[in-house]
Amino acid sequence: MCNSIFQVDVIIPTQTKYLDLIGSIGEHIAKDLDNFSGDREALAYHLNLVLTEATTNAIKHANNDPRDTVRITIHIQDNELNIKVYDHGQGFDLETVPLPDFDQPKEGGMGIFFIRTLMDSVTYTKQCDCNVLEIIKYL
Amino acid sequence: MKLNLEKINGCNVIFIQEERIDAHNSGELKEYILHMIEQGDVNIIVQLESVRFIDSSGLGALLSGYKNAAAKSGKLALACCKQQVLSMFELTRLNRVFEIYTDLNEAFENEA
Repeated sequence: MCNSIFQVDVIIPTQTKYLDLIGSIGEHIAKDLDNFSGDREALAYHLNLVLTEATTNAIKHANNDPRDTVRITIHIQDNELNIKVYDHGQGFDLETVPLPDFDQPKEGGMGIFFIRTLMDSVTYTKQCDCNVLEIIKYL
Repeated sequence: MKLNLEKINGCNVIFIQEERIDAHNSGELKEYILHMIEQGDVNIIVQLESVRFIDSSGLGALLSGYKNAAAKSGKLALACCKQQVLSMFELTRLNRVFEIYTDLNEAFENEA
């Protein structure tokens, strides 16, 4: 895969059965990257995980319309891997999502922690008709 | 969620037969373990050899099982984690919560 410019743009129904597909795309991209000297297997797992968590989040925050969709784009240019996940729900405040309590672990709240820990930048912004979770990883 | 349940050496061993545990199937796993515990099967080993990917909801399902088993004086332990799956437990420090055994023999030596 040539890393000069690469883009994937996928739209899925808000159903968790598509998580495997979305995660697998990230895994394949990591395995096919040119000029990547890091731990390729780890990157493959991390992209799978981050895409899975971000898409799960978008599905959870989707509106109740069964025709609602989640759009995921993955763009690579100049060693910057950029993931955007678009949802049409009410949105949430990323800044108020707490870190997990490692001494008294709870079942939820680890998804955003994974994304923040494994990637280099995470933002969540409201646009005119959707919200966008933007994740950047420098390769 | 594809899984098998076997009673070996007095332990209830759940063999997960999926490569992935994510938000699509973790709810089913959580309910399955909860049902076992409600039926009185409170000593459980989850064998994860087939699992090559787990997300936060999968970790949450196992943590739920751990807490519910402990609440009934039982225990939920894990065995045969692949390295990348194990790294998710390490990242969330859940390796300090669960007993994680290399293989089932080690699990039986300590849990049976």
